[in-house]
Amino acid sequence: MNLAIRDIRHKLSRFLLTAAGIGLLLMIVMGMAGIYQGLSEDALSFLERTKADLWVVQRGTRGPFAEISRIPWNLEDRVYAVTGVGKARAFVSHTIQREYQSRPLRMVVQGLTWPQDDGSVLPLIGGRVLGQAHYEMLADRTLGLRLADRVPLGKDIYTVVGITAGMTGPSGDGFAFFTIPDSIAIQYDTPGEAIRLEREARRSRLRKQDLGNTQPILLERAAGPASQLPALGTQNVSAIMVNVAPGVDPARVAKVISGWSDVTVYPNDAQRELMLRSIERNRKQLGMFRTLLVIISAIIMALILYTLTLEKMHDIAMLKLMGARNGTIVALILQQAMLLGALGYGLAYCIGLWVFPFFPRRVAITNANLMQLALIVLAISVLSSLLGIWKAMSVQPNEILS
Amino acid sequence: MRTIIQSDAPSVEAQLLTKIYGRGNTEVVAMREVSFQVQRGEVVALVGPSGAGKSTLLTAIGLINPPTSGKITISGCPVMDGPRPLVSLRAFRRKYIGFVFQKANLIPFLNALENVQVAMEINDVRSRKARKRALELLDYLGVADRSRSLPSTLSGGQQQRVAVARALANNPSLILADEPTAALDSHRGRQVMELFRMVAHEQKAGVIVVTHDHRALDVFDRILEMEDGVLRPPPNGPSSRNAETRAQPA
Repeated sequence: MNLAIRDIRHKLSRFLLTAAGIGLLLMIVMGMAGIYQGLSEDALSFLERTKADLWVVQRGTRGPFAEISRIPWNLEDRVYAVTGVGKARAFVSHTIQREYQSRPLRMVVQGLTWPQDDGSVLPLIGGRVLGQAHYEMLADRTLGLRLADRVPLGKDIYTVVGITAGMTGPSGDGFAFFTIPDSIAIQYDTPGEAIRLEREARRSRLRKQDLGNTQPILLERAAGPASQLPALGTQNVSAIMVNVAPGVDPARVAKVISGWSDVTVYPNDAQRELMLRSIERNRKQLGMFRTLLVIISAIIMALILYTLTLEKMHDIAMLKLMGARNGTIVALILQQAMLLGALGYGLAYCIGLWVFPFFPRRVAITNANLMQLALIVLAISVLSSLLGIWKAMSVQPNEILS
Repeated sequence: MRTIIQSDAPSVEAQLLTKIYGRGNTEVVAMREVSFQVQRGEVVALVGPSGAGKSTLLTAIGLINPPTSGKITISGCPVMDGPRPLVSLRAFRRKYIGFVFQKANLIPFLNALENVQVAMEINDVRSRKARKRALELLDYLGVADRSRSLPSTLSGGQQQRVAVARALANNPSLILADEPTAALDSHRGRQVMELFRMVAHEQKAGVIVVTHDHRALDVFDRILEMEDGVLRPPPNGPSSRNAETRAQPA
């Protein structure tokens, strides 16, 4: 006869309510792990999809995932010229926030080296890849945009031609993919008046120099777009992603490029490490909060089990009087603790599956996290029942007479 | 420790049992050099005023409150020598002693059948066998129709019958009852007392019942009377300090 089950059956509604409370607590613990996992996956999702072997960044910086890195776009051609390089692509990434249909639209603008990279490596769930050099975009579904939406960014309007899934940055903002020129245009968008003033300033500076007076063509060009000025024409990108040719050792290519005085080269693993380090504080914060919640859950469970045991002290004294072994009484308390933990865990999982998709950031529940939490719950169940077991062991059978 | 039970030995034998609570100025002698025997199949009433030491004696021979000195032998097996147990007390209680109290003390989350069954399962009786015997006992005590009922839905008399069934579950050689009829009306009280008599005679168990209910004393084979921690000598009995009184039919 299982005494624990019969006791639970007797007070089923209370037991279920208690389990629901424990379940909600455990759901938060589960959610914390899921938020961290989501944070890591979001941070690494794009990095892992690029499958770049090397990252060439501004000299002395740690690259776009740690700080601002600016290198000329035409460095892409220099890198291509290195023996052993199979593919070199510019990397542009920056976060912007604009108004769209009377709501704030915050996105990570990501440049693709079109036409070599048209977005076909991305997880598209609707529409198509980029089909032309300008004015098209792919948007992650978290941005809330739909196919054929026309989004004004800077001085141009971009049409959403494809929708991706699971492409969010470390800060939780959804990615939007453009061609590199478009993403640069969005990044360096300047108001018309500022452009006019800058052009006038350029002309003014040139007029004061011999060069301007002896080269009238320069004065004329200074009044035009900056991209048409040979000295100013090159635009900056954040990094160059390099894929080595098959059979080539990336370290050998890295050694060659590292010899250039204007750039620093990182292998993909180093960038991954940097990316993870950028969310280290968040991880610690969530980890500490999770630890506190585990302790709180353990204390609450211990108090609940202790109270449940106190209520049964008379019955336990009677069982002892009848000659019940300590094992029978320990099993009664321990089994209830385990059932409470198991039911709480199950409820946490079910409620989590239902609730987590509504969270603004991704909550990624992995099997490893589930297993870890199961072990934590098992440990909590055992530890929290110790107080009740100690109390039950201390009761004397003659207390039945009191 | 191996226990050897003799089926022809007295159900319980107490020799010079003394129980002292506290020390020095706070010392209270609850029971002083009490000696008696109860044979198998015998129903004995233990009477006396409140504070006479009846419950102390009952808990001492029930192996839940060890005496300060004296010896207890149950079914021929020495079990206590002063406060020192000679056997595993819990295991001995499980196998050889049944208890009934003023309150039935049924386990509230078990139904009547399970309350009887659990006493046997604790004693390693297989579940199916325990269930069968529990049903037989409840039937024997006239509450088989309430076997599925929780204690909270049973009347006081029904609860006490279930408690008696539980006490009988493991065929104990000694049944101890502490004011089992105090919470019952006189009619039900008498029924319970007669039940003890029937059980003692049919199951060949010694039964000691602490009672204040003088209306049902005729049911008992003998009456032991306690006062101030000692057994009072019978009016015409031997001159020993602790004596036994034959029951006088009402």
